[in-house]
Amino acid sequence: MSTTAQTGTTEPPVAAITDPGRTRRSSDRVAGWLFVAPFLVFFLMFLIWPMIHGVYLSFTDISLTGAGGAFVGVENYAEAFRDGDMWRSLGNTAWFTLLSTVPLVVIALVMAVLVEQGLPGQWLWRLSFFMPFLLASTVISQIWVWIFNPQLGAANAVMEMLGFEGRAWLQDPATAMLGIVIATVWWTIGFNFLLYLAALQNIPSQQYEAASIDGAGRFRQFWSITMPQLLPTTVLILLLQVLASLKLFDQVYQMTGGGPGGATRSILQYVYEVGFTAFRFGYSAAISYVFFAMIIVISLVQLRVMRRSAS
Amino acid sequence: MSAAAPAAPAAAGIDRRGRGPSRTVGPGRVVAFVVLVLMAVAWLLPFLWAVDTALKTEEDAASPDASWIPANGFTLDSFREVLAVGNVPIWAWNSLLTSVLITAITVAISALAAYAFARIDFKGRGWLYAVVIASIMVPGQVLIIPLYYEMLALRLVDTYWGLILPQVIAPAMVFILKKFFDQVPIELEDAARIDGAGRARIFWSVVLPLSRPILASVAIFVFIGAWNNFLWPFLVINDTALMTLPVGLQTVISAYGIVYSQVMAQAVLAALPLIVVFLLFQRQIIKGVATSGFGGT
Repeated sequence: MSTTAQTGTTEPPVAAITDPGRTRRSSDRVAGWLFVAPFLVFFLMFLIWPMIHGVYLSFTDISLTGAGGAFVGVENYAEAFRDGDMWRSLGNTAWFTLLSTVPLVVIALVMAVLVEQGLPGQWLWRLSFFMPFLLASTVISQIWVWIFNPQLGAANAVMEMLGFEGRAWLQDPATAMLGIVIATVWWTIGFNFLLYLAALQNIPSQQYEAASIDGAGRFRQFWSITMPQLLPTTVLILLLQVLASLKLFDQVYQMTGGGPGGATRSILQYVYEVGFTAFRFGYSAAISYVFFAMIIVISLVQLRVMRRSAS
Repeated sequence: MSAAAPAAPAAAGIDRRGRGPSRTVGPGRVVAFVVLVLMAVAWLLPFLWAVDTALKTEEDAASPDASWIPANGFTLDSFREVLAVGNVPIWAWNSLLTSVLITAITVAISALAAYAFARIDFKGRGWLYAVVIASIMVPGQVLIIPLYYEMLALRLVDTYWGLILPQVIAPAMVFILKKFFDQVPIELEDAARIDGAGRARIFWSVVLPLSRPILASVAIFVFIGAWNNFLWPFLVINDTALMTLPVGLQTVISAYGIVYSQVMAQAVLAALPLIVVFLLFQRQIIKGVATSGFGGT
């Protein structure tokens, strides 16, 4: 957290020369807390408190209706580790993350590199690739359920045009997750595309000019200038993408309901089902925290990798 | 968390016209153009197909011979039907109201806190900011159980405030705004202070006017996130009259999901406001995503 170490630079220049501790104005002590207070109240109420209280709930057998609530020790966690449905939905989530992350990074890079060539129609490319990102999950789910409709859907019409047989995309365990991945890539690629585009535009054009004077071809320039400069952005996008994909819920819940037979049920959907349809709040909280722990571990590993690749 | 660093400075240049390594028209450029056109078509077709379906009669929409030009001609009947019988206008109003409030509150409290973290030397600042930054890593989705429990206790289930309040916490936005305030020249504040202005005065009349672009970026990003949020509104609102657009539309699929042209008309209606907003504010939105992007995932 390098950002916290800048205290000295924010002092007025005079104060920085003398002892900053002594020049701290007494009015600031109050003013600081007053400025932070509104945020802090909500932060404590709707983030810190639920986070702490959730740990407690996860050690009880409380239900959605408020019934129960007896302390059961680690029983919920023990049950979670034996729970085949939990492992299966974790597996589905990991599978989705793998399947979606690669195209969401690679295709976004291709889009950004092509758009960056300065071809005519700039606003149209941006609109086409980014617009779906602005749509609600409900909207994209309805559109893709319609496209994947087994009898009337456009996907099967295209398949048949190409000489393949149509299939029940979202109703078949073999293809349901693929359908979700296709819809997700279409929906969210615009975000990664914009991050790549911003990074590409930040590469100084003098580097390309110098390289072309040295006789480097366009492919060579891409490989030796563009790719290395995009490395930090790629690591950032990977980090964000993995975390975003792990939180899969909306589109699965709305496109397949987790089916067929649990083949697409994500871990968050399982948390939702245990808590809000089976009413087992305590157990649901325990599963949330197992998932939370995994996310923290993955984030920390990724941050380490990121720091290493940055240096 | 220097995660935003690569994205933030890049935002300055993002609305420039694309510029490539060279501008000569060679075979490479032609190939690039063709690939780009194909990809754009692939990305536009699903949405255009939805619009096309919405403009058909149900008979044509549900016909097995899918065609872009319907046998019975185009019609706005599905749109009329959806607007007449459904709750779409109410849901749109709920979405607008709650998203505007979420955005206003988020920007206000985050900017105040960020300014304090950047410029006011108060006791406890260091560790408090560290806690806020660390909390960026907490995915809100894992807190739905205790948060719902809290809403029950506060009797906020099925209320606007139950929908709004848990969404106003955006530690990533505090981080982005703090980075910006760090760069505001301290001399400007010193000048105001010599003139006798207090902290609140300096913040309001010196710092905020300089921060309009970043505040706009953050606001746009928060607004889009709030407008499209599904999980929390879906959990906390059961009353049809209080639902937001994404949640409301979802309940309708199961109710009359077989009328394909109407389902698509709803989807298109729900998408239109954001498409219009995008066309109007394309530049700011793209900038906003590139600047504040890392908080939104």
